[in-house]
Amino acid sequence: MLTLNRSTWLEILAEAWRVYPLEACGLLLGPDDGPVDRFVPIVNEAQSSRVFTLSPMGYMKAERLADDLGLQVVGVVHSHTHTSAYPSPTDVAEATKPLVPPTWHWAIVSLAWGYPELRSFRVSESGSAALRGDAVEFGVELGMDEEPVRLKD
Amino acid sequence: MSITVRLPTVLRPQANGQSTVKVEGSNVGEVVNSLVAAYPGLQSNLLDDSGSVRKFVNIYINDEDIRFLDKLQTPVSEGDEVAILPAVAGG
Repeated sequence: MLTLNRSTWLEILAEAWRVYPLEACGLLLGPDDGPVDRFVPIVNEAQSSRVFTLSPMGYMKAERLADDLGLQVVGVVHSHTHTSAYPSPTDVAEATKPLVPPTWHWAIVSLAWGYPELRSFRVSESGSAALRGDAVEFGVELGMDEEPVRLKD
Repeated sequence: MSITVRLPTVLRPQANGQSTVKVEGSNVGEVVNSLVAAYPGLQSNLLDDSGSVRKFVNIYINDEDIRFLDKLQTPVSEGDEVAILPAVAGG
């Protein structure tokens, strides 16, 4: 389950609208097990409304912040500006690259319908058929399973 | 000379849990080779079978991308920090 502090959720939402119609992105920091404490917005180097690439410098700064705060990078969040909050085939393929930990929350906020929609997923080797996309790597089919999202006051 | 290499969280288990390590080298390529020699578990994550840096790995020196410098030939000197950073993307 992904548990977000309500203030963190509002920061994610603010960033998503701030860069709209481009996709917003950033990293989630928190303890290994517990609510996500921080959202660190990161420049989308792709500057696109369809894809995102975390700025490597932004990534490094987020990791430094996590080290300073005694937290871990526990996930990545990005916005979908024109589609639902479900992983695209690109998400599935990228989330299964070797340096993306399978333990990461892959959270997506959609702004496509005029109101925000938040879902989070975990990479798995089987994945839900509906979410599988077309990524096949390492000889196994890859996909993501939805996990519950809880907002905490 | 001794160069500090900063590792992302995901790679720290392969380096005894350290966030930074010190290795020898006079350019970035030598630093990377020293790094994988000291911590062999990092090799498959950083380098492909031909010894080239994998596409999903970014290497920065003092906050500059080596692709915009002299790539692996970029010289390093005492006090420099080399950072290994995963490329994270999606759609």
